[in-house]
Amino acid sequence: MKRRRILATVAMLAAGTGLVACSSDEGGSDASNCTNTITKQNVPVVTMWGWYPNTQLVVDNFNKQHDDVQVCWTNVGQGSDEYDKFQTAISAGTGAPDVIMVEADRIPTFQIQGALVDIKQYGFDAVKANYGEGAWKDVSVGDKVYGVPVDGGPVAMIYRKDIFDKYKITPPKTWAEYEQAAQKVKDAGGPLFGDLGANVSALTMALQIQKGASPFTYDPAQPKAIGVKLNDQASKDVLDYWGGLAKKGLVGTQDQFTPEYISGVINGNYATYISAAWAPGYLTGAGVGKGQDTGKFAVAPLPQWDPANPVQVNWGGSAFSVTKQAKKPELAAKVAYGLYADKESLTDGWTNQIIFPLNLTALKDPAFVDLKVAFFNGQQANKEVYLPAAEAYKGVAYAPFGQYYLDAMTKQVSEIIKGSVTGSQAADRLQEDVAKYAKEQGFTVQ
Amino acid sequence: MTSLTEKRAPRTQPETRKIRGKVHLREHLMGWLFVGPFGIVFLAFLIAPLGYALYLSLFQKKLIGGTSFVLFDNYVKAFTDPSFLSGAWFVIRFSLVSIPLQIVIALALALILDSVTTLFARFSRLMIFLPYAIPTVIGAVMWGFLYSRGFGPLTDIFGLFGATAPDFLSSDLIFYGLLNVVTWQWAGYYMIILYAALQGVDPTLYEAARMDGAGRWQIATRIKIPLIAPALILILVFSLIGTLQFFNEPQILRYLAAGTIGSDFTPNMYAYQQAFSLANFNYGSAISFALGGLVFICVYAFLFFTRKRRSFL
Repeated sequence: MKRRRILATVAMLAAGTGLVACSSDEGGSDASNCTNTITKQNVPVVTMWGWYPNTQLVVDNFNKQHDDVQVCWTNVGQGSDEYDKFQTAISAGTGAPDVIMVEADRIPTFQIQGALVDIKQYGFDAVKANYGEGAWKDVSVGDKVYGVPVDGGPVAMIYRKDIFDKYKITPPKTWAEYEQAAQKVKDAGGPLFGDLGANVSALTMALQIQKGASPFTYDPAQPKAIGVKLNDQASKDVLDYWGGLAKKGLVGTQDQFTPEYISGVINGNYATYISAAWAPGYLTGAGVGKGQDTGKFAVAPLPQWDPANPVQVNWGGSAFSVTKQAKKPELAAKVAYGLYADKESLTDGWTNQIIFPLNLTALKDPAFVDLKVAFFNGQQANKEVYLPAAEAYKGVAYAPFGQYYLDAMTKQVSEIIKGSVTGSQAADRLQEDVAKYAKEQGFTVQ
Repeated sequence: MTSLTEKRAPRTQPETRKIRGKVHLREHLMGWLFVGPFGIVFLAFLIAPLGYALYLSLFQKKLIGGTSFVLFDNYVKAFTDPSFLSGAWFVIRFSLVSIPLQIVIALALALILDSVTTLFARFSRLMIFLPYAIPTVIGAVMWGFLYSRGFGPLTDIFGLFGATAPDFLSSDLIFYGLLNVVTWQWAGYYMIILYAALQGVDPTLYEAARMDGAGRWQIATRIKIPLIAPALILILVFSLIGTLQFFNEPQILRYLAAGTIGSDFTPNMYAYQQAFSLANFNYGSAISFALGGLVFICVYAFLFFTRKRRSFL
């Protein structure tokens, strides 16, 4: 233990920065610095990291409903920020929370390091029926379960109805039509049609999978072997397609989730936004769709490559996992199963489009199915777009070195944007880069 | 210490030797006592971590197969790793442009403020120094917003002349975007050091120069600058080390432009990514040490080329 702590300290100093100095020990394992207020005293406390916009409410609901355990929540950052802190805590052997919100695609990365607990032994059967088989598959490695699904991210095309009306276009059904529509808007002096963001690698991957790519094949029964296939024709085609759109000036090349991008969305600089079902919640939180913009957005199914054989994909979506550092894993599992699983929290989540729930009690709730979504000006987005997309999603095998792959993808997409490589060349480079990393990490690459 | 022994010198020879021995022992112990606290901190927080990082850098940890001793393999990898090399090349290029620029600005401002003694000069001195008082992180965030084409002032300013604003966060212009942030932040600090050095120069020299017919320009270039040369060398070394370890500004601007500023943008950022995102503490340590080597070489080369005229090293 002591040695590990030294390791963490040393590496920090070696990295030459004081920026991270407060992340390892004080992070979340300490129940004294919760973001929420725990009112019930003398009750065992489980620490949790998460970043749902309504986490405060979810945690309060859970704490109100439970007398035997209380949740202490800390928001240590969104996505990569949280993963970096968790990764450091794993390496240090201390400092991780008991329960952590992770996206399904990161589970193999942490699982392979032995950082997550198989929760099948802690009351799995009682909640098994609450989620579909696909939902469980995404949070499992082999036959072991490493997370409790919360939300999914069926991908669709969000668009500005006012722009579509102005330039007299209908939602494109195929990617070919998408490009034609983009050209039409551009020729008429309209705004950009979409955006190719270098920092949303997981979406780029999903779009490649839609065309038939299967980036990784990994069988946990043979943990040493991994299939890496990032430069097959489908992967190349998708990068070439988006690279082409960017080159022709049909789509922007702005990083997404930045203030710059959000302000662009508010200003109507982008006619479409290819994104997941949870996006409206984040956009609303950032001030999109309010005031003058009210009701300007609508949603349509994701354009297809082959309309005869539509493929639906998923971006993000998350789960609660129990970490190996949890002192009472059973209690932590109870929290993971119960958090964001009560009706009140779920309803708040889906009415505000913060989550696209995977919990069947919400998914089958007629109020959810028929919901007239305010952000989409009363459109029944769930029934028309998201539910069919979620049902058709088949699941993906993720890499046990997700962080490296996504970073490498960001680098290549940025090269495409710069114009220094074509999409195909970028795919080849990505393959070379990631396969080399996999080999360095001791895998046999197939 | 020397003055103590000198004072006691006039005593008779044998006695002196005896006392001197005792005094020496006592001084010896006292010396260690005074150096002690610093020594402990120095060992615990500098030497020990450095040693441990060096130790770490000789190992390799794999997801499959665990940790093994690899001697200098990590270093061989670093110096053939395009990510490290391109990052290193970037900071070297950045140093070559940013350091002369900052020093010239700082020197010019210091010389002006030294020869003007109005209230306005004192006010300017404070204002020029102010950016240094703003934390780097805040400064970087602030510039990130100022550079924004969506809501920053650049669009409006360029719009007045009918031009489109440049995107300082694009890969073509990020060099200049960062150059501006760094110069803004550090030029004032260097100015204060140079200004302080100028204040230490004996004013009678200026008087003498004026009597010999030297103008203001000649006084500045022939007297002031040569006399503050040690301070110039000092800030050059500081800024060289600081720039080669470039981290804060690009790391913060990365939140706004992850595509432009990759995770391997500078060697320090690359070490950070390896250690804290990918859990490759071993390779991260090796990169840090490799960067340390690079800094050492650059600083040594610089001091070597300026050695003749300086007493400093």
